[in-house]
Amino acid sequence: MSKIQASKIHRQFQVNNDFGKKTKLTVLDDFNLQVREGEFLSILGPSGCGKSTFLNMLAGLDKQDDGQLLIDGDPVGDRSFDRGMVFQGYALFPWRTVLENVEIGLQIRGLEKKEREEIAKYYLTMVGLAAFANRYPHQLSGGMKQRVAIARVLAYQPDIMLMDEPFAALDAQTRETLQLELIRIWEADKKTIVFITHSIDEAILLSDRVAVMTARPGKVKEIIDVSLPRPRSEEIRNSSEFTQIRQYAWSLIKDEVTKAQVYQESVEQGQDTIMVQPIISLQQKFKDMIQKRIGEHNEKIG
Amino acid sequence: MKKLANFFTGSLEKTIGLILFVGLWELAPQTGWVNSTYLSPPSTVVSALIVLLKSRALLKHLLISLQRALVGMAVAVSFGMVFGLFIGYFKKIEGYLDALFQSFRQMSAFALFPVFILLFGVGELSKTIIIFWASLWPILLNTINGVKNVDTLLIQSAKSMGASQKFIFLRVILPAAAPDIFTGIRLGASYCVMSLVAAEMIGATSGLGYLILYSQETFNIPDMYAGIVGLAIMGLGINYALKLIEKSFSSWKQGVAVGE
Repeated sequence: MSKIQASKIHRQFQVNNDFGKKTKLTVLDDFNLQVREGEFLSILGPSGCGKSTFLNMLAGLDKQDDGQLLIDGDPVGDRSFDRGMVFQGYALFPWRTVLENVEIGLQIRGLEKKEREEIAKYYLTMVGLAAFANRYPHQLSGGMKQRVAIARVLAYQPDIMLMDEPFAALDAQTRETLQLELIRIWEADKKTIVFITHSIDEAILLSDRVAVMTARPGKVKEIIDVSLPRPRSEEIRNSSEFTQIRQYAWSLIKDEVTKAQVYQESVEQGQDTIMVQPIISLQQKFKDMIQKRIGEHNEKIG
Repeated sequence: MKKLANFFTGSLEKTIGLILFVGLWELAPQTGWVNSTYLSPPSTVVSALIVLLKSRALLKHLLISLQRALVGMAVAVSFGMVFGLFIGYFKKIEGYLDALFQSFRQMSAFALFPVFILLFGVGELSKTIIIFWASLWPILLNTINGVKNVDTLLIQSAKSMGASQKFIFLRVILPAAAPDIFTGIRLGASYCVMSLVAAEMIGATSGLGYLILYSQETFNIPDMYAGIVGLAIMGLGINYALKLIEKSFSSWKQGVAVGE
């Protein structure tokens, strides 16, 4: 049986368009996906395709308008102790120390202070931040913050880890280090992970399978099996197999990225056409205004 | 030794304006720029202060004023925080009440004083109510704002971990809103001292406000200035105490760079 089963998910939002009128925006339509127990699945798609919306639904933060979303055969509820989410924006609590941040999930589950500390310290050590236990989040770099967020989720042992572009805001080097750390951690205890990304390389490096999404309204276009051997290391990026999969994934996603861009342009065009043309004449006008004042000023002091 | 020297130069930098002002204040009546009948120099004010301290009259007035201020503040803080948290949490209510609160906030406590006297008499009750009214609005409105502006990402994060509504309220919303609530309380405290004086100048027989007005009416000008100085010291003391409390609540903020 699948760990997660999504069938015919439909979700639309009310948004204000450029003219301030309310319109409906369909984000997900006829979205179907099955995630197996213990697998690392990435969802890859152009921006705005609804991948984060789907992840929020899994986390109980959003609800589909239509269709069925099951975890272990049960509909997804608001509150659950089985899921853990890592956000792109870290979502650490600024008034808590690093250690206290890692403890939160355990505190919610009613563990005693001593038990919480023991577990939190173990996972902080695992992500290499034991020495920073008593610092506050604002004293850490972005990469360290995301490590804390990962330790926080690992600490309360959820069945499913949901990761929403967790490394997108980090610099390239930190990102690569964290990707390899995540592989190491996942290969050690094989939790089910649903990982959202818009980086093809990241998706292939980490995952067992990659679900490529279409442009909005999003649905799964194709699922790529990544049959690269495990344990994986940095060198795997240079293998011919990796390159082949990347080329194939790129051919799938290329059209969708173009579609997404065309759509965006068609939305923004109304403003663009008005703005671009007169900008040169406007600049000349501003220049004249400034020159005139400088001239007057020079006359006065001259 | 160097530390001590640093301390002195440090406090000199901070107090240089104050020292210059006191110097000017001393000079003005002494040299006859200002009639010393109306402006007592600080030296005279200090000796008046000493006499008032010895007779325990100042202490009596100060304690009564302090008591009024603290009672009014305590009621305003508890009322403002409870309602502020409630209203900020249920955003819909805030929408209904916003216009009402904004008009109430603009309504000066001094203007409403006659109304309070009509309704509650000239006793302690109307004094407490005027102080309560003046300090309530900054506390209430800042609390509402603080709760409303809690980062939704933090709430989502707690929710994704399976947190209950109670946990989210007590462990996420409350600490996240605490800095705003404290700003409100400190603003409220300064309004509190202001309205206290006004309340004591109308229909009171004790308190620093009464002392100031009474001394002026009986032409005991040094005592009047002594009362004003006492009031300033009381205000500084309240502010300092609040700063200490605030510091212990938001120690995590130390070293946070501006704009972070």
